[in-house]
Amino acid sequence: MGEIRKMKDLFASKTKLIGLILAFLVLVVLPPFYTSYWVTLVTQMLIFAVLAMSLDILMGYTGLSSFGHAGFFGAAAYVTAVLTTRYKMGFLVCFFSSVGLTIVISLIFGLLVAHATGVYFLIITLALGMCLWGLAFRWVTITGGDNGISGIVRPNIGLPISLKDPITYYYVILVFFLICLILMAIYVRSPFGHSLKGIRESESRMRVLGYNTWLHKYLSYVSAAAFAGFAGVFWAYFNGFISPYEMDLTASIEIILMVILGGPGTLIGPALGAGIIVFLKNFISAYTQRWLLILGTIYILTILYAPQGLMNVLKDWIKGGQKKAEAEEAEAEEAEAKEVS
Amino acid sequence: MILGQFLLVQTLNGLSFGALLFLLASGLSLIYGVMRIVNIAHGSYYMLGAYIGLSVILRTHSFALGAFSGAIVIGVVGLAMERIFLRKFPLQALPQMMITLGFALVFRDLALLIWGGDPYTLPSPVFLRGSTEISGVIFPIYRLFVIGVATVVALSLWLFNDKTLVGAKLRAAVDDHEMAGGVGLNVPIISGCMFGLGAFLAAFGGVMGGPIFGVYPGLDFELLSLAFVVVLVGGRGSLKGSAVGSILVGLVDNFGKALVPELSYFTLFAPMAIIVAIKPTGLFGRD
Repeated sequence: MGEIRKMKDLFASKTKLIGLILAFLVLVVLPPFYTSYWVTLVTQMLIFAVLAMSLDILMGYTGLSSFGHAGFFGAAAYVTAVLTTRYKMGFLVCFFSSVGLTIVISLIFGLLVAHATGVYFLIITLALGMCLWGLAFRWVTITGGDNGISGIVRPNIGLPISLKDPITYYYVILVFFLICLILMAIYVRSPFGHSLKGIRESESRMRVLGYNTWLHKYLSYVSAAAFAGFAGVFWAYFNGFISPYEMDLTASIEIILMVILGGPGTLIGPALGAGIIVFLKNFISAYTQRWLLILGTIYILTILYAPQGLMNVLKDWIKGGQKKAEAEEAEAEEAEAKEVS
Repeated sequence: MILGQFLLVQTLNGLSFGALLFLLASGLSLIYGVMRIVNIAHGSYYMLGAYIGLSVILRTHSFALGAFSGAIVIGVVGLAMERIFLRKFPLQALPQMMITLGFALVFRDLALLIWGGDPYTLPSPVFLRGSTEISGVIFPIYRLFVIGVATVVALSLWLFNDKTLVGAKLRAAVDDHEMAGGVGLNVPIISGCMFGLGAFLAAFGGVMGGPIFGVYPGLDFELLSLAFVVVLVGGRGSLKGSAVGSILVGLVDNFGKALVPELSYFTLFAPMAIIVAIKPTGLFGRD
C-alpha cells in the first residue's frame, strides 16, 4: 500500500514539477530572448490572466457567472486613461482612484446582484455591464465615445527603470501577476474562500448552517471586481489606448471563455485559458479576420466536448494515469502472491 | 405648446421603439419562462432577420415578402438550434447559454462576412412612406404602422396564450415543467416550437425595425441587452410583463436619448435597478 501512495505522489508531483519548470523557463528566463512581438504577446497574456483569475473567484469558486466583468476592467482602464491624459496624474493616484472607483461601482451593483443565483445573476450582470459600456460609448465629452482615448503614457513608478522598454514593462507585469496570483490563491484557500465554495455547492445548506450567504456573495463580487480593476489599470498603461470595445459584451464573453476553457475553480486553469485565447486571437488575426467565427466555434466545441475545462480534463487524465499505475501494481502483487503459493 | 409637441413626438418615438422591443423580448421571455434558456443569440435573430429581409426586398421589391422570408428562415434556424444542440442539455442553464453564446458569435461573424460592415436602412413599403399630422405634430406613418403591427401581434399572442388549448399547455409548461410532463404533455415539442416562434418573432421585428433603425454589425448585442432589461423589468415568462416592460424601456430609452444624450444608455439603469431591488421577479413575474 505504501508503495502505491508513493508512486501516486511521485506521479502528481512530477507533473507539477515539470509544469513549474516550464512556466519558470517561459515566463522568467526566456523573455529577454523573445522577439518584441512575443514580448508584447506574453505581457498581454499575463494581464488577461489576472482578469480571468478574478472572474474565476466569482465563476469557479462562488458559482456565479458574471456577464459584465469586462465592465469593471474597462471602468478602471478609463479612469487611468482620463487621469493620465487630461490631468497628467502619477501612477499611485491613477492606481488608487481607478481601483477605488471600480470598487465603488461594484459595491453599488453588488446590492442588485447579490441576492440572485444562476441564470438570473447572469442576466442582471449582463444588463449592468452593458450600462457601463453605454456610458463609455455615449459619454463623449469624458470618454471620447467611439474613438476612445489614446496617448496614455506609462508612468514613472519611482524606480530607476523605464517602463517604456517592453522587456522592463513585461517584468513589472510579471511581478504584478505573481502578486495577484498569490493574493488570490490565499484568498480562495482562506476560510472565507471555503465558505464561497460551500455556497457554490449548496447555498441553502450554507444558509442553514448559519452563514450569511448574501454577504459572502456580495464580497465575492466586489473582490472579483477589484482584481479586474487592477488588471484594467495595467492594461491601460500597456496598450496606451482604450475604447468601448474593450468592455462590451464580446469582451466579457472572451473572459468567460478563458475561465471555462481553462477550468473554473482552479485559478491556474483560467490563467492558462487566458494565454490560449490571447495567443489564438493574435495568431489567427494575422491570417484571417474570422476571429469571432472561430471563437464561437471554440465555444460550442468546448461545451460539447470539454465542459469541465482543460485543467480539469488534464487532472482527470492524470488521475486516470494514476489509476492505471495502481491497477498495474495490484496485478503485479497478485502475480507475486500466486508465485508464492 | 412646444413642450406638448416635444412630449408627443418623443412618446410616439418611444412607443414605436417599444413595439420593436416587444417583438424581440416576448420570445426571449417565453423561451426563458418555458425552457429556462437564456438565449444570447436572440439579438442575432433580430439582426439576421433584418439582413435577410434587406436582401429579399432589394431583389423582389416586396416588403411583405422580405418580412416573411426573414422571419421564416430565422424561425427554422432557431428550431434547428434547439433540436440539434440545446436539446442535448435539457434544463442545464449554463451549458445551454454557452451554446447560444457560441452561436451568437458565429452569427455575428457570418453576417459580417455576407453583408459587410456598412450600415443599411431597409426601404419601407411605398404606401407607408410620408408623414401624417397628429395635433400639429408631423409624424412618419411607418412608425405608427409598426406600433399597430406590434399591437396586433401582442393581441394574437395573448389570445393564443389565454384562449387556445395549445396556449394552456404552454402556460402549464411555464408554471411547472415537471408536472406538465407528468400529466402527459410533450414538453420538449412545446419547447422546440416556442423556441422557433421566438426566433420567428425576433426576425420579424428585425425587418419591421429595418426602415427606422437600420441594420449594422453590433446591433445584435445592443438590442439583446435592452431585451434583457425588458425581461428583468417585466418579469420572466410573462407576456403582459413583456408588453409593459417594452413600452417602459422604449419610453425611458427615448426620453433619455432626447434629454441627456450622453448618458442615454445609462438612464436605463435607474428603472431597472429600482425594479430589481424592490421586486426581484419583475413587475409581472412569478418565481
